[in-house]
Amino acid sequence: MPKVMPQSDVHIRVQNLTLAYGDLVIQHDLNFAVGRGEIFIVMGGSGCGKSTLMRHLIGLQEPVQGDVLYDGSSFWGAAPQEREHLMRRFGVLYQRGALWSSMTLAENVALPLEEYTPLEPDEVLEIASLKLALVGLAGFEDFYPSELSGGMQKRAGLARAMALDPEILFFDEPSAGLDPISARLLDDLILELRTSLGATVVVVTHELASIFAIGDNAVFLDTEAKTITATGNPRSLLVESKDPKIHRFLTRGGPTESLANGSAVAGFESDIRQEQP
Amino acid sequence: MSNLQEASLSGQVQVRRQISFNRPNQDTLVVRLSGGWAIGQGLPPVSEVQKQLVSHPRARRLVFDATELSGWDSGLLAFLLRVIEQCSNAQIEVEQGGLPEGVKRLLQLATAVPEKKDTRRDQRRETLVPRVGSVVIEVWHHAADMVRFVGEASMAFVKLLGAKARFRRRDLALIIQECGVQALPIVSLISFLVGLILAFVGAIQLERFGAQIYVADLVGIAMAREMGAMMTAIIMAGRTGAAFAAQLGTMTVNEEIDALRTLGFPPMEFLVLPRLIALALMMPLLCLFADLVGMIGGALVGVGMLDLSLTQYLNETQGAVGFADFSVGLTKSVVFGVIVAFSGCFRGMQCGRSSAAVGTAATSAVVTAIVLIIVTDAIFAVVTNVIGV
Repeated sequence: MPKVMPQSDVHIRVQNLTLAYGDLVIQHDLNFAVGRGEIFIVMGGSGCGKSTLMRHLIGLQEPVQGDVLYDGSSFWGAAPQEREHLMRRFGVLYQRGALWSSMTLAENVALPLEEYTPLEPDEVLEIASLKLALVGLAGFEDFYPSELSGGMQKRAGLARAMALDPEILFFDEPSAGLDPISARLLDDLILELRTSLGATVVVVTHELASIFAIGDNAVFLDTEAKTITATGNPRSLLVESKDPKIHRFLTRGGPTESLANGSAVAGFESDIRQEQP
Repeated sequence: MSNLQEASLSGQVQVRRQISFNRPNQDTLVVRLSGGWAIGQGLPPVSEVQKQLVSHPRARRLVFDATELSGWDSGLLAFLLRVIEQCSNAQIEVEQGGLPEGVKRLLQLATAVPEKKDTRRDQRRETLVPRVGSVVIEVWHHAADMVRFVGEASMAFVKLLGAKARFRRRDLALIIQECGVQALPIVSLISFLVGLILAFVGAIQLERFGAQIYVADLVGIAMAREMGAMMTAIIMAGRTGAAFAAQLGTMTVNEEIDALRTLGFPPMEFLVLPRLIALALMMPLLCLFADLVGMIGGALVGVGMLDLSLTQYLNETQGAVGFADFSVGLTKSVVFGVIVAFSGCFRGMQCGRSSAAVGTAATSAVVTAIVLIIVTDAIFAVVTNVIGV
């Protein structure tokens, strides 16, 4: 259950958020807090409103009710200019990469830099190359997004999301459409970025492998109850949660599959035990 | 005999499906399914079963006998589901024991998750009044959207004047190239032909009065005032307006516009403004070019068909077409340019999130642009007439 965090450590706080399209309520009364430097997972079945929640967090869709607080200051209550200023501290990786298809990779990464930094054009290019190198795409500066594979597009999208050294990175289904190995590499990259940049990471996903591999904390959005039914570390949720729905979600719905996951978790737990003197 | 024959042929020829009924006792109705139940034969009506069910005395149990069933596919499943639904409505017990194993399992699968009642789209035929009502509401919303878009675009333009608008100069240059130089071939071809046609139509009439020379006046004035601006605008609506809508629509589908928004680039400034500026700048140039090419087309008819000399034709044109004619045409072309860019961008930004929506956006961009162009042209005709230009 939710850890009690000291106020200063809470980076994002969601208060009574209700998501709706017109009259159709997707999720209601969402409350959770994301700690600074945490990898926070928003999980739930397909169509439960995970991506919609993210659109509300990054300012693309206005909530019908409730608010999001960044460092304690209201996001949706702020004036549009102020909100835009806050948005500049975000980096977003969209589900399909959403690279600007009429620009090369370097231009994609360079655009925010040109706009928001006082750098000279050649310095901008240098930084853009660096960001591409960080995601393993050095040398692809002059490629157009359509010339890349899905995994490479995702990574380029990540390079663009990191362009302005954001405090918070949002990922919408980072491993969707990737093969297991690319998905794993992306997970490693996310972990690496969190550690080295110290960014707070919010990941929307239903990919169990990712959830267990990178998640520090998570919320589970339930499709039927239309709200959060569990909060906590995904691995401890798997062990401790009494809710059969969450258990089924985290074990792919059955005991046969849970063998693999279960043993992975058991292994993880024994690791912890071994570390203790 | 015939049954036997059919059965023996069943290896090659699909035996027609058959359904028969049997009442072993008062309470039980046996439905015997035989032959091949394929979806290609269409779905049989359930009414026969229905009739049997309600016939006296009322059955309480329905049993299937499928021993002579030679083949089945989802046609049979759909039929059975309907029968089962009817039976459960009439509170008749259905025994599925006699059905093939596969059918039983699929039926179980189909009925495992209860149907969600509130998700089906309302398919009832609406009467005229609510339909007219909903169309009016939709049109009203559209009009409101359009006004909002015009407002936002104007705000962006004001920002541009204050040199605060954010877009890439390179994008502007590319769009100018795309809707300027690259449109020249098609604009030349069409306006040349329009000039030619005008001259032909005029020549046949004027020749009867021996006034062939006035073909030059006709073509010159028509091209400068009307046809140059109008034809260019319609070409650009089909060519560039549709392209704008498709580009912006695809960007919406790919979340590229969301990505711009979250990085603090208002799409109105970043995408719409350069397109508006490019067309507003290029359209008068294209129009002037179209005027000249059209007059060349007219001269070709004049010299080739009416035995006028080129000098005569040129002199007559020079005398007839004044600065006022050109300025009316050029003013219109600027307005048309804004209309084409506006319709393209508006429909593109409005685009839904599917590939079909991109097609719809492109289509309605062209339609919106052409309608607005013709309406504006009519307004111009009235206004210039009133002020006497």
